[in-house]
Amino acid sequence: MTTTGPDTHRGSPTCLPIRSDMDLMWIRQEVRRLATEVQFSLVQQTKLVTAASELARNTLVHGGGGHMEATVLHDGVHTAVRLVFADCGPGIADVDQAMSDGYTSGGGLGLGLGGARRLVHEFRLESQPGRGTTITVLMWHGGVPPTRQAL
Amino acid sequence: MTEQPGWLPQAHVPVLRLDDVLLVAIQGDLRDENAERLQYDVLQHIADSPATGVVIDISSVEVVDSFLGRVLAEIAAGAELLAARTVVAGMRPTVAITLVELGLTLTGLRTALDVQSALRMLREHPAPAAREHGERGAYDYDRS
Ligand SMILES: Nc1ncnc2c1ncn2[C@@H]1O[C@H](COP(=O)(O)OP(=O)(O)OP(=O)(O)O)[C@@H](O)[C@H]1O
Ligand SMILES: [Mg+2]
Repeated sequence: MTTTGPDTHRGSPTCLPIRSDMDLMWIRQEVRRLATEVQFSLVQQTKLVTAASELARNTLVHGGGGHMEATVLHDGVHTAVRLVFADCGPGIADVDQAMSDGYTSGGGLGLGLGGARRLVHEFRLESQPGRGTTITVLMWHGGVPPTRQAL
Repeated sequence: MTEQPGWLPQAHVPVLRLDDVLLVAIQGDLRDENAERLQYDVLQHIADSPATGVVIDISSVEVVDSFLGRVLAEIAAGAELLAARTVVAGMRPTVAITLVELGLTLTGLRTALDVQSALRMLREHPAPAAREHGERGAYDYDRS
């Protein structure tokens, strides 16, 4: 799925279920733990945990539940945390519309997707109507290395 | 009230009363259900024994996502309808930076740097007299 270069080492991924609002708490806690472990700044930690909370809630509310996979990536110089949110829900028919701020199909504010994209360094949304949604985000330690696109 | 790390789950948020002000200190990560319960608890407290102000201390809160942000805004809006002013106190700079990037600027929500300044704000700007408990707006009669 990813096109990480041959020199990229990955820590073993952790996988957490997203089935209830309790699970959202475990997700925030696990992402916080990883972000601390790779020594993200406090601002970066807060941004990543907040983005994870938005995306996990979408997985729960709109996707009918799913899971998150978290992996630490190293390429010898740079470190990143990659989070994948996956569900087998209804999918998103119009991605541009869903991404735009203020669009919501429910009673939300419509800020989750657009906001999460702004909070992280790399963002990819894959969705097939009727088959589910997978969103992958990546946050680099300190900022995006000029030569890398690891997503 | 003991401090706890802001990422530990907090099951129940107590609502304290200081004269006519309600003081709520969120001390940990809240599950959605408990955030909604807090919203109900605060409004119920105001209705039970008229408070004119609410201070919500979020200085221990490490993450405010759009859900919790919306709950805070709705507590303030609900309290306003019950003639009480709400001030959110002690937001961390990291949380403020993140909320702006998220696009949730919460305009309309009164904020203060700490609980003390929040209490001072409430003393200096009490809820408007026209909306005191039990009083009806003139608008209801004007229309006939
Ligand atoms: N995992 C998903 N599966 C299906 N649809 C989704 C998924 N995630 C988002 N969407 C769709 O995209 C829309 C926009 O999502 P976004 O998170 O921006 O707003 P929201 O969840 O409606 O409100 P908010 O997050 O502000 O409370 C949603 O209303 C929903 O229609
Ligand atoms: Mg959302």
